[in-house]
Amino acid sequence: MMSTASTADVPKVVQRSGSPSPVPKSSRSSDVIIIGGGLQGLSSAVHLSRRGFSVRLLEADYCGRHSSGVNAGGVRTLGRDVAEIPLALAARDRIWHHMADFVGHDGGFVRSGQLQVCETDDDIRKVKARLSLVESHGFTHEKWVDQETVRELVPSISRHVLGGIWVEGDGYAYPYHVVTAFRRAAQEAGAEILEQTRVESLHRKGDTWQVRAAGVKYEAAAVINTAGAWSAALARQVGDDVPLIVDGLMLMVTQRVAHFVDPVLGATGRALSFKQFANGTVVIGGGLRCRADPISRHATVDMATMKTSAITVTDLFPHLRNVQIVRAWAGVEGFLPDQIPVIGPSACSPGVFHAFGFSAHGFELSPIIGEIMADLVEHGESKLPIHPFRVTRFNER
Amino acid sequence: MNLQPNTSPAQEFDLVIVGAGPAGMAAADCGVRHGLNTLLIDEQPEIGGQIYRCILSADSQREEILGPDYSHGRLIAQRVAEHVTTGRLAYWPEASVWQVDTDRTLHVLRNGRSRTIRGQAVILATGAMERPFPVPGWTLPGVMTAGAGQILLKSASLIPSDPVVLAGCGPLLYLLAVQYLRAGAKIRAILDTTTGPEWKRAWRHGRGILKGWKYAHKGMGLLREIKNSNVPFCRGVNALRMEGSDALERVRYSHEGREYDLEASVCLLHQGVVPNTQITWSIRAQHQWDATQLCWVPAINEWCELSVPGFFVAGDGASIGGAPVAALQGELAAWGAVRSLDRSAHDAADAQAVKLRRQIEDHYAIRPFLNTQYRPRDEFRIPPDDVLVCRCEEVTAGEIRAQVKLGCTGPNQTKSFSRCGMGPCQGRMCGLTVTEIIADATQQSPKDVGYYRIRPPLRALTLGQLAQLEP
Repeated sequence: MMSTASTADVPKVVQRSGSPSPVPKSSRSSDVIIIGGGLQGLSSAVHLSRRGFSVRLLEADYCGRHSSGVNAGGVRTLGRDVAEIPLALAARDRIWHHMADFVGHDGGFVRSGQLQVCETDDDIRKVKARLSLVESHGFTHEKWVDQETVRELVPSISRHVLGGIWVEGDGYAYPYHVVTAFRRAAQEAGAEILEQTRVESLHRKGDTWQVRAAGVKYEAAAVINTAGAWSAALARQVGDDVPLIVDGLMLMVTQRVAHFVDPVLGATGRALSFKQFANGTVVIGGGLRCRADPISRHATVDMATMKTSAITVTDLFPHLRNVQIVRAWAGVEGFLPDQIPVIGPSACSPGVFHAFGFSAHGFELSPIIGEIMADLVEHGESKLPIHPFRVTRFNER
Repeated sequence: MNLQPNTSPAQEFDLVIVGAGPAGMAAADCGVRHGLNTLLIDEQPEIGGQIYRCILSADSQREEILGPDYSHGRLIAQRVAEHVTTGRLAYWPEASVWQVDTDRTLHVLRNGRSRTIRGQAVILATGAMERPFPVPGWTLPGVMTAGAGQILLKSASLIPSDPVVLAGCGPLLYLLAVQYLRAGAKIRAILDTTTGPEWKRAWRHGRGILKGWKYAHKGMGLLREIKNSNVPFCRGVNALRMEGSDALERVRYSHEGREYDLEASVCLLHQGVVPNTQITWSIRAQHQWDATQLCWVPAINEWCELSVPGFFVAGDGASIGGAPVAALQGELAAWGAVRSLDRSAHDAADAQAVKLRRQIEDHYAIRPFLNTQYRPRDEFRIPPDDVLVCRCEEVTAGEIRAQVKLGCTGPNQTKSFSRCGMGPCQGRMCGLTVTEIIADATQQSPKDVGYYRIRPPLRALTLGQLAQLEP
């Protein structure tokens, strides 16, 4: 399953500057500039710095402020687009399962398994079709479990649940702890992280990229665009047009309740994803979207939409009806029409690499995205199949 | 004016007022008198707010204990009650606002069901809350706030049966002491945390005291009554701590270099009140750090309007000024609302506003004196490492300082680091302390450190209630 990074021009491979990383404080130039201090950017910083590239990361707010720091924390390979499965499995098996070895802290990762339940016969039909699709591509991580097994996995679940898909190696982590771990690992490897440093412009001058941020000019041979919901504007500056939609993604969390569920749970026929953390709180989501304003960088929670999650949760676990919601919140996220990200080199500007538009499921992928970006910068290609994520796909017919 | 009959399920109002204390009642009275279709929402079963709690049902004995400042609220409360009886004012008691949208839509929980309403103008009159008083052992059973003690007195004539220790500073502490004495409660001691130098600094605001002589006179009267009672009164208390294994057993403190140990099962703490800014933060209105009152205040214009159009804030929720100021501001905000809804009312509103603003200014004259005299001391606002700051998630001051060393630059990151402020109270009890600890540790102004992002639900809402939300 090998594929090259790009079908068209393989971009020029970036050479290490030879200047010892870390970036000298006085210097405005580095091998690589990463724009965006979410997990994709931080992961790229970790991988690149460890390979000896000098890296400067520019973050408009603080690291992990939006989707990376405030997401639901699901480490999920279950139910992914087939194109994402090789990346998701690599991220999980090679990095998530060994997170403490990788960045010095486990980020609160718990290998709880993930379960997607079926409530109707129609759900079962959908799930069986899904399983044969996944199998036809040679993947075996998603397994059918019957009603009895579901009840063994989650004894408190409502009796009407008929079965589901079970992925044993999945789980969850604490998003902000993961952000912090990657951030510290990047800094320890020599990356310079500048927060409150918003990028204002990006253009090419000779062999280098000039990036102006917070009034200061920086330059580098390579630029990585991991600016999340704000990535499309940067991509446009280098000639790549991507139909990114900016939306808020909502979650809510309850008060602490007695332990009642281990795996992360999802539904098949309706939008739901939820998990109970070790402290007893229950985080409830399910891809519910709300209005977000990229200019003020704020997403407004719409409780009328959250209502559907409340209905699903209380249907599956009637005993949660009287549990208090402590907080609802929303992060700003970038979505693409086909619900998979852009990963790969710019189509028109050599030395620029994109990783954005994760459409609400980039958290689990992030450890491996950094490796892919580092491979692209160093070798001009990735060992993982990233062709489906090419930036040009929206303009092909 | 939009005088539509209040029958549609959409529930549109000209004016929605949140909170039925002095500011909310005055605003409601003013709104009704100008023919605005007005809704008054309040969490309590009776109008009056904290200061006039249960004023319409208080008997003469309770009124005697609580004093003339309490009875003063009866007139306006009766007028508002009359508007309700005559159907000119919609009034929802025992209703809590759990979400406010910037388009002036309010989500209100009442009788276990959530309703959605919208106001052309919204006046937030949600008052004050007690400043957190984080000392060692402040979470022990038996340690309460003076405000909580006063609620029990006002709503149920309840007083502590064991001798009680009152500790801290601020007018409410003395007022409660006097009310307790009148009600026959036994006070073990009053431990005043203000010191001599504060008194001297405070007296520099002499002109304010002259202008605000009524307040000064009242304060002296309270202190005289305490003095005459022979209750031990100790000024300049240091190193205050609550001790006990499962509940409060003793209060320790030092005074003039000597250690003291008081046996007590009940201690009421108080070091002033601060504006309740949960709603104003939640709609992302601009706020300022008030360096004299050491708290956040929402930024308002001359009509008490916030940076979010159509929202007004009046009373202690705007800035601590006490009940008379709250009533005047409530009226001013209502005129602001009238003015924004009715062009023809501009002249009348402008004329009234001049008078109201002058009266407010006169009442504020005493504030510099009070702010200085009752300024809570640094060590009681920015506690040492071993003191619990976030009670819900049990995060200490030392843990917050450790997070600052790890690169945490603001209260919102402490949430992610440690769940500080993420418990059921949603940061109400720790927000100010966290801001001040970070500001102190990073040598910044609290203004630059900022505050928690406040998200819905602002009040308790269950999954079942959300599941039944009306469309």
